[in-house]
Amino acid sequence: MSTDLDALYQEIILDHYKNPHHKGLRDPFESEVHHVNPTCGDEVTLRVHLSDGADGPVVEDVSYDSVGCSISQASASVLTDLVIGKPVDEAMTIHQTFLELMQGKGQVEPDEDVLEDGIAFAGVAKFPARVKCALLSWMAWKDATTQAQTEGETA
Amino acid sequence: MEGLLPDLDVIRKDFPILERTLAGGVPLVYLDSANTSQKPQVVIDTMVDHLERHNANIARAMHQLGAESTEAYEAARDHVTAFLNAPSRNEVVFTKNATEALNLLARTIELSPGDNVVITEMEHHSNIVSWQLACERAGAELRWFGLTDDGHLDLSNADQLVDENTKVLAFTWVSNMLGTINPVADLCARAKAVGAYSVIDASQAAPQLPVDVQAVDCDFLVFTGHKVCGPTGIGVLWGRESLLNELPPFHGGGEMIETVTMARSTYARAPHRFEAGTPPIVEAVGLGAAVDYLRHVGLDAIHRHEQAITAYALEGLQSVPGVTVLGPLDAAQRGGAISFELDGVHPHDIAQVLDSRGVAVRAGHHCAKPAHARFGVQSSTRMSSYLYTTPAEIDALVEGLHHTRSYFKVG
Repeated sequence: MSTDLDALYQEIILDHYKNPHHKGLRDPFESEVHHVNPTCGDEVTLRVHLSDGADGPVVEDVSYDSVGCSISQASASVLTDLVIGKPVDEAMTIHQTFLELMQGKGQVEPDEDVLEDGIAFAGVAKFPARVKCALLSWMAWKDATTQAQTEGETA
Repeated sequence: MEGLLPDLDVIRKDFPILERTLAGGVPLVYLDSANTSQKPQVVIDTMVDHLERHNANIARAMHQLGAESTEAYEAARDHVTAFLNAPSRNEVVFTKNATEALNLLARTIELSPGDNVVITEMEHHSNIVSWQLACERAGAELRWFGLTDDGHLDLSNADQLVDENTKVLAFTWVSNMLGTINPVADLCARAKAVGAYSVIDASQAAPQLPVDVQAVDCDFLVFTGHKVCGPTGIGVLWGRESLLNELPPFHGGGEMIETVTMARSTYARAPHRFEAGTPPIVEAVGLGAAVDYLRHVGLDAIHRHEQAITAYALEGLQSVPGVTVLGPLDAAQRGGAISFELDGVHPHDIAQVLDSRGVAVRAGHHCAKPAHARFGVQSSTRMSSYLYTTPAEIDALVEGLHHTRSYFKVG
């Protein structure tokens, strides 16, 4: 059991938990969302700032304020590392890859080239109760990015 | 240790699940009984026997099995009547759970603009949201008692809160988060003085202390079956017979009627008035066996056991650096659920590490977000004991918390 526990709480996760990257709410932003995990009360407020790149919109910044467990906090930190500076299309692909890893019940082999530190969450997929923790900020980011793009189109 | 159930070893043998081990071969240390209690063999056997030998629909089947099933279902009502010291069996309504019982009241008690409903800040969401909905529908006002810093009801403004326009005063007997035992008889008297209905949520009280509806002099009281060693899917609404018969029906359907024509229907009297459709029969039978089991052990003895374990747990928890207990620190003033924080480790992570050692606790807001907000806490870890809990299990929790601190390199 302790090996499963160690697989869940990888050093990378604990490092991100203790020293989260890109934390705090920043301007400017096009959209802000607030997502909660109703079963445990974890919350995240997340902002997305997009810019125009040569080949479409780029994730210029993702800023957030959150309360929750080590898994949800580390996951938000890793998310920002992975998507900031990337074209939205590529970031969405990373999102999909992370989602598949989390929903893979521990059977999916993580792709380090795509997910980098995100591979540390492979062990989380074996704990069904914790998958939602890992996905909280990722779902918030997708929601916020979709809203920012929709607003961009109507503006 | 003084106060423990004298035959604790025998009691534990009544609960087969306590024998099992978890991943890695570690024994189960079940400290989540305020969430749901474990089931004694007699409840399991009674339910299996009913399904194997007596299963039939009740009150409508004109055959021997139907008669046996009806008898078993109604006998369960008698067991609950005795458990609550209720004056009449007609006052015991079977519901799905305590939440449904509270919603039944919030849906059927008539509120008008200008009326108010008074609740407390330490309620379970079921005793908050159901009244919020009722007040919104009726244009009535929702008020609530705040809490003191040590986790008691703040009664200093009671005279302003509960006034001649108060229609309902609804409150929990024992807080599921803070553990606080409230002065229920005083609150019922206060409701009575202004002509309001008193509604007690006894979900956490019924498992662990004697509940006597005549002694507290309440108008309505609810509890759920699965926290008193019974199965899920069954709860109880108790109400004064005259009041129950004044309330309009809740669900329409079979068994709750006197007669039905296409134009209109007339309704049965309580309890059948509120038991539309085929009820959870075997669950009621299981609940009957459960409350009978608790009465056999003795609620006074169970209460003493809970207080002894709670005092021991409060002491153990406070010996762990960084632990802050929420709610009263005196075991005599509280029930067997203890919520706490551990500096530097989130409740989820605490529960996860404890689970790897076989210790089952609850982490989160325990369906009491306002009570958490009152104390500036987003979520907490909760241990909750019951009649089968041993001091050694509390030791396992405390050791687990020391391990959690070292695992997360806190302190």
